[in-house]
Amino acid sequence: MGDAFAAALALIAGADETLVEIVLLSLRVTLSALLLACVVGLPLGALLGIVRFPGRGPVVVLINALMGFPPVVAGLLVYLLLSRTGPLGALGLLFTPGAMILAQSILILPIVTSITRQVVEDLWAEYGEQLRSLGSGRLRAVPTLLWDGRHSLVTGVLAGFGRASAEVGAVIIVGGNIAGHTRTMTTAIALETSKGNLALALGLGLILMLLALAINAAAYGAGRAARRSAGL
Amino acid sequence: MFRTLTRRHLLALAAATGFATAALTGPSAALAADKPFITVASTTSTEASGLFKHLLPAFTARTGIEVRVVAQGTGQALQTAKDGNADVVFVHDKKAELEFVAQGFGVKRQDVMYNDFILAGPKADPAGIKGGKDIVAAMKTIAGKSAPFASRGDDSGTDRAEKRFWKEAGVAPKGDWYRELGAGMGQTLNTAAAMDAYTLSDRGTWLSFTNRQNLEIVVQGDPRLFNQYGVILVNPGRHPTVKAKEGQAFIDWLVSKDGQAAIADYKVGGEQLFFPNAASGS
Repeated sequence: MGDAFAAALALIAGADETLVEIVLLSLRVTLSALLLACVVGLPLGALLGIVRFPGRGPVVVLINALMGFPPVVAGLLVYLLLSRTGPLGALGLLFTPGAMILAQSILILPIVTSITRQVVEDLWAEYGEQLRSLGSGRLRAVPTLLWDGRHSLVTGVLAGFGRASAEVGAVIIVGGNIAGHTRTMTTAIALETSKGNLALALGLGLILMLLALAINAAAYGAGRAARRSAGL
Repeated sequence: MFRTLTRRHLLALAAATGFATAALTGPSAALAADKPFITVASTTSTEASGLFKHLLPAFTARTGIEVRVVAQGTGQALQTAKDGNADVVFVHDKKAELEFVAQGFGVKRQDVMYNDFILAGPKADPAGIKGGKDIVAAMKTIAGKSAPFASRGDDSGTDRAEKRFWKEAGVAPKGDWYRELGAGMGQTLNTAAAMDAYTLSDRGTWLSFTNRQNLEIVVQGDPRLFNQYGVILVNPGRHPTVKAKEGQAFIDWLVSKDGQAAIADYKVGGEQLFFPNAASGS
């Protein structure tokens, strides 16, 4: 453990160029995947929360279950999709950060969708009548409800971030863990472990946890500031 | 308290979608235009030993071609290449490599370098085979005494070599003592060290591996432990996306005097890990 802290400190203090590159790539992949999942998942979840249609129950259950989608399976599916012999092979995306973003957004999408649905469903139960009396249709209520539930939705988005940033199974398959190109924090940890450099691997793990802590703290702080300025 | 759908919302959504699309496709497309690169499917042993980190900068400095190495087991690396997801394959299972070329997936196979396998085992040496030279006899003894053995079990070049030795020993390894891990070389050494098991490793990974704990070399020097690495250009006739020119440039460099010297140069703790033996050598 002591060695790991020393290794982590040495890496941070030295602002190791490779480390900076790996951290930046990890952030880029995870945040892009998160954005992609939010662009699709927030409206989709909101619609599921307020629109009633036959078969809605099974769809909700399916999306909830997909929150536990095994990353390695998601990775394999994206691999087969992007492989040169696969349906999207012509794009040449396999072993690129783009492939990793795609795989991770598939993993996060159910989390963002599912939590959004719950938040919006509750808000709709509470304010639905009022909104309708103001002449707002269900579809037009979607952005309103999303905006209104934003503080709760942040939790869903952070859960998605956590899943993506901690994930190794999918990105190592579709990214290939290529040095300087698709090596992220988690795949670097896997590689250093396989070299027997356990202290360095754990040191990288500590840095990854610090990053997650910093991002969550920033989200918490931003939420508090927004509430204060809104007088809540 | 409520706001309805505004133009601002729509603009934000459109901007986010645009950014996400750019994030997904943009940078890789831009890179491809800027700087030529090839993808090489290779083995965990070459990656974990640090050889590529030593070799590739020299090649890139000379040709401007970036080399992206995907490190997998030999079996998976050949599959990656068969599917057209790599331009060059650099592995260590000559029989499978020749088959790969014979089936039309590769253009030509060339020797690049060799090292050897070693049998690592716990200092306590429960099978009593330390210092032996005969790998087949040693493995027979391990099986006879049911001493713990950690197998890669991942269809890699090392795994295939191990399976060959069991066959020669006339042993069908099975039972509590034989543990198939389905893991890369380093991971297998980690596990073998933790459970005091014997395991077969390539010498390169062994020398650069730092978590040996109680493990040491128990058998080495058998000619059958010879471990040859070969390189193949993936057939562009089969997959038009293969970057034949750049891939061939990498192969030509590997077997050239410069490339071979660079391989011989790579040492860990003063020990040479790989020995160049390309046929042309000039």
